[in-house]
Amino acid sequence: MRLVIKGGRIISPGDRIDYVGDILIENSRIKRVSRRPIDIKDALVVRPAVAKAMADKPGFTRRSSSEVGKSSKKADEIVLDAKGLVVAPGFIDIHVHFREPGREDAETIETGMKAAAAGGFTSVMTMPNTYPVNDTQSTTLFILQKAANIGLTHVFPAGAITRGMKGRTLAAIGEMAEAGIVAITDDGHCVMDGTIMRRALEYASDFGVRVVSHSEDTTLSAGGVMHEGFVSTRLGLPPIPQQAETVMVYRDISLSGLTGIPIHIAHVSTRESVELIRRAKDAGIKVTAEVTPHHLTLTDEAVEESDYDTSTKVNPPLRTQDDVDALIEGLLDGTIDAIATDHAPHTTTDKEQDYVAAPFGIVGLESAVPVCLDRVCAKRQVPLELLIQKFTTGPADALGLKKGRLAKGDVADITILDPAKDVTIDPAKFYSMGRNCPFGGWSLVGAPVCTIASGQIKTIDGRLV
Amino acid sequence: MRKDLLGIADLTLFEVSMILDLAESTKSISERTVKKVPTLRGRTIVNLFFEPSTRTRLSFEIAQKRLSADTVNFSVSDSSISKGETLVDTAKNLAAMNPSVVVIRHGAAGYPHRLAKLMDASVINAGDGFHEHPTQALLDLMTIREKKGEVKGLKVAILGDIARSRVAGSNILCLTKMGAEVTVMGPSSMLPLHVRRLGVNVAPNLKEAITGKDVVMVLRIQAERDEAPRFPSLREYNRYFGLKLEHLKYLKSDCIIMHPGPINRGVEIDPEVADGPLSVILDQVANGVAIRMAVLLLLLGGRSIYEVSD
Repeated sequence: MRLVIKGGRIISPGDRIDYVGDILIENSRIKRVSRRPIDIKDALVVRPAVAKAMADKPGFTRRSSSEVGKSSKKADEIVLDAKGLVVAPGFIDIHVHFREPGREDAETIETGMKAAAAGGFTSVMTMPNTYPVNDTQSTTLFILQKAANIGLTHVFPAGAITRGMKGRTLAAIGEMAEAGIVAITDDGHCVMDGTIMRRALEYASDFGVRVVSHSEDTTLSAGGVMHEGFVSTRLGLPPIPQQAETVMVYRDISLSGLTGIPIHIAHVSTRESVELIRRAKDAGIKVTAEVTPHHLTLTDEAVEESDYDTSTKVNPPLRTQDDVDALIEGLLDGTIDAIATDHAPHTTTDKEQDYVAAPFGIVGLESAVPVCLDRVCAKRQVPLELLIQKFTTGPADALGLKKGRLAKGDVADITILDPAKDVTIDPAKFYSMGRNCPFGGWSLVGAPVCTIASGQIKTIDGRLV
Repeated sequence: MRKDLLGIADLTLFEVSMILDLAESTKSISERTVKKVPTLRGRTIVNLFFEPSTRTRLSFEIAQKRLSADTVNFSVSDSSISKGETLVDTAKNLAAMNPSVVVIRHGAAGYPHRLAKLMDASVINAGDGFHEHPTQALLDLMTIREKKGEVKGLKVAILGDIARSRVAGSNILCLTKMGAEVTVMGPSSMLPLHVRRLGVNVAPNLKEAITGKDVVMVLRIQAERDEAPRFPSLREYNRYFGLKLEHLKYLKSDCIIMHPGPINRGVEIDPEVADGPLSVILDQVANGVAIRMAVLLLLLGGRSIYEVSD
């Protein structure tokens, strides 16, 4: 099986590549990336519909989409015409919640993987807050087995730090590592006990497993549901002070400094956190950080503007414009390593409660890339190459994943973007079962148009092949 | 007129005066021997209270009955919310029964706002979370206007848990809208962030808060809602923040003292003050019925206004 991606602008920050050229994929691995044309004869030529030229046409110039991806012999040799498109290493989302096992009514591994592929992601790291919690080898194996059977994207499970994510005793970190977890986190909960967090860092390092911290002092967030500021005062909703995050970010950085072991801070949302991380990095502490698309683009005003729409309820909460600005600065200067969606699907039933009772969470897999291309790159002047880095080597290196590059012999994961494509976010059309998306109805420019995982075309124009 | 009364925030000055003017007429109904007009005959009104309430619910119900509406009361203990029904389902089910008005109190701010979007019936916010309690602010305004005439330029002190009082929330909006000068005072642990941005002064202590004021409004301390108490004890609250007899000397002689009820005697206000000559607490209660009648009439259509103001 051979696939050539032809004539696209290849941007791979991890390989210092940014030129128009071709990529040859053979037997699901990268064979060659070149400025010079790579041709294969008698191949099936396919092309993602470019918005302006081919609006509303099927995604292919010569064949219908249904013919690709099946085992027809002709599809063994494919040329993907990427002229005018941007070709990048497969995007990685290191923060997703796929609710399976336990809450298959909210999302399954399959629907989550479909959403990931449709959204331009070829690798995801799943959070362990399932039922049961992924705190043992058997749950890890279950997730990996399911994911392997579906095969749309790569799934890297994260295990829990503590048993049952209760914050008291360490989970089966070694055995889960053996089964295939890449990181541990009690995401959704903070390990409030500093000594347990320290022991987790130390113990996990023996197994090559990274620690991801959900940094939140819950004695400070104390029942709050939105960012504490003038908007929360006006709306009369219980507030969460930004210090709930920052004091814990400081603790976590400090523990990393003490032990010399890397720590990754999930969903950074405040200016003070960015400044703490920047200072820590300058001091040589091995801290990495991620930010979500919603924290980069929305503020607490969204709660008011939407009239208490629970799809704006998320933890950490949407902050202020000053925080948004600081997060953008953090992306630009490298303080923040990765963009991760914190894709958190909830059933409509759960989200149709009042603002206090509804669960925290926003789905992000199928909106993240358009939102970032338009509202982060175009509107905030973040260079496209940098954005791609935050979706590729940034997250990969933060967690030590061997992903995010286009080196010869790498598993061929590719995300193709059309920076000029007009899209309107329509949660009703998501592959994800979650509809809790505050970007619904947004008209944006730029979208993923093709996702290739392990050398196979998985999606064209945001739809599964 | 608008469909709903959700908060003071979105009311215009004109609407506020319209409600207050009409309330003067509706008040006279309550002073007659036969306290009933047929204006809302055949209209169904649902009173949906997810939080305990005696005064507000009673006041609404009396207002509704005096206008001849059919009223149905729901309280949290016998509603299906405790069985996990969502807001949207509640709205759909209510809408299916086609009431004219839903009066709602809920512990979550914004609940009435979302409910209102999902149904054709008029929704009246009878208190949502720490957000708004518009009819309370209107009845307070009516009381102030009765006692003081012009509201503009009046100096008003509001004392207590400013951060979590929807009475304070609506009153600050209402009084500043009407041009009064509002000063708040309470333990700092009970003031919201950016409180001054609400357009109020913050007094450092009780004495300064009440000196020279035309109106002193004391809020109820709701100690029962505290998981992390914001003051050491009720005794200490009373000692430093309660309005007591000894404070009367700082008050203007024509100052009025208000309280939304129910009173915690000896906590935020001492009995001698609550029952004293400056207190207008019972006038507030009387005006509550009048305001709620006026609001109901206005929401249910202009035609009713003329029928009642005969």
